[in-house]
Amino acid sequence: MTNAIAQIAAVLATALFIFALHWMNDPKTARHGVIAGVVGMIVAVLATWIQPEIVHHGAILLAIVAGFVVGVPLSLVPLTAVPQRTALSHAFGGLAAGLVGAAEYFLSIGTNPASLTPFRMSALVAEVILGFLTFTGSLMAAGKLQEVKWIPQRPVTYPGQNFVNIGVLVGAVVLGVVLVREPTAAWASNAFAVIIALALLFGVLLIIPIGGADMPTVISILNSYAGLSAVAMGFVLNNKLLVTAGALDGSSGLILSIIMCRAMNRSFTNVLFGAFGQVKAVKASGEQKTWKQETVEGAAQLLEQASRVVIIPGYGMAVAQAQHKVRELYDALTKRGITVKFAIHPVAGRMPGHMNVLLAEADIPYTALVEMDEINPEMPQCDVALVLGANDVVNPAARYAKETPIYGMPIIDADKAKTVLAVKRSKNPGFAGIDNELYVKDNTWMLFGDAKAVLADLVKQFSAGGLH
Amino acid sequence: MTEPLLAVQAAAPEHANVDYWSMLFVFVLSTFIGLGVVRRVSRLLHTPLMSLTNAISAIAVVGSLVVAGADYPVVIRVLGGVALFASMTNIVSGFMITDRMLKMFKKR
Repeated sequence: MTNAIAQIAAVLATALFIFALHWMNDPKTARHGVIAGVVGMIVAVLATWIQPEIVHHGAILLAIVAGFVVGVPLSLVPLTAVPQRTALSHAFGGLAAGLVGAAEYFLSIGTNPASLTPFRMSALVAEVILGFLTFTGSLMAAGKLQEVKWIPQRPVTYPGQNFVNIGVLVGAVVLGVVLVREPTAAWASNAFAVIIALALLFGVLLIIPIGGADMPTVISILNSYAGLSAVAMGFVLNNKLLVTAGALDGSSGLILSIIMCRAMNRSFTNVLFGAFGQVKAVKASGEQKTWKQETVEGAAQLLEQASRVVIIPGYGMAVAQAQHKVRELYDALTKRGITVKFAIHPVAGRMPGHMNVLLAEADIPYTALVEMDEINPEMPQCDVALVLGANDVVNPAARYAKETPIYGMPIIDADKAKTVLAVKRSKNPGFAGIDNELYVKDNTWMLFGDAKAVLADLVKQFSAGGLH
Repeated sequence: MTEPLLAVQAAAPEHANVDYWSMLFVFVLSTFIGLGVVRRVSRLLHTPLMSLTNAISAIAVVGSLVVAGADYPVVIRVLGGVALFASMTNIVSGFMITDRMLKMFKKR
């Protein structure tokens, strides 16, 4: 009886999870997706809980309550902290998979060694390697995003780094293969522990050379790994629901990774083993061409005379928490009949979709948020492109400068607008260490300062009556 | 058919008989369904998508429940309990923050 319930629950939960993702195809239906997901999850948990072999209900309740105690505050973080929250949740997902895998192995070897068939043992090894590397890797990523002091923000590289990293992973996999062949040898438990240690180490080593601009890709890849570790758990436990739900997560992470990689014109291996940040400033301060600075008054006038304005936000907007000021500017401009759109580059920010969430938080209608591929053909008709804390994603050097790491990366064609206004915090080059020639173009005017402060001044110009 | 579905510790012959090929089959099919569905997800919603799939993959909760709640040695149950806590955290914070973000997407 309980078995039949579990089977039905698994089918139901899988269907609900698929619907949950399906409804995400439109912001109008997306919230149904959350409900479907919650219902699916409750069904799955209850159907498992009523199984007769579960006897320690107190411990379960305790763990669930603890999950709520930590989970609720984690869901209330400011939206600028969403990338690190996401990384942290990948870490939790990896940890759960890794721990269950370890528990299963030590349980099986103690009570039922015959159950360690080659297939199940392979799944166990995959589960703990994926789980534990996702755990430490995601923790590192979350630490970098949160700017924790003892985790270096800048990519850390050293000679032979890729050799060491791949060596650690290969070591874990080779040991795993040996274990699959002899899962019950006297040294097997120790070997299993070493695999766990190597996976933990590999997660750390993998993220050390990664810099901020690569985070969207890395978070997506870790997302995929977290899903795959759940799949491996499903194989180990002979549970199809784990396999389906894990596969949905894994494929979602895969698609996001592909989108992110395309948006940077790079491959997975290049992101993970390319150590982007190592590139030194290609011609920093070499060129004598200088930018032209604009006053806030002048910028306000430029904006007021425009009929089409495109705002291009980047990580700088998130850092300055400027999204609400952006909204005020948006209101001031649209009230004057000016068309304002936002051009969203896929890798703007620190995770996929980061800019959209921040702008939506500020109550900017999502119909004004336009993808790169859709906005680029319109850029020549744009009167003013306002670049807001974005840098590499608008650097025209990506089109032709083969020696730069951003070469080939699709960019938002800000330079094709009639006038460019660029708000920039400092005069330093961007993440990739490349001068941005957009800033020195004839039709570009710079506004130096914190994005939030500059926008506040701009908005004041519109409201103070200096402009009608 | 009285053996539990989540046959963690079920008898040896059962594990030997598990139909791994149908499991692989399920995996491949659900991956393709996932790819098909996720490809259509609005690009606006990629951040909530990630937190939603994160909550969904916390389905690891069902594995953790068994390890934490069955009559196993204490060490094993502690591992399961920590895993259960981690999964629960993801479920709660994942669904809640997804909904919080989605609420903000308005057409005006």
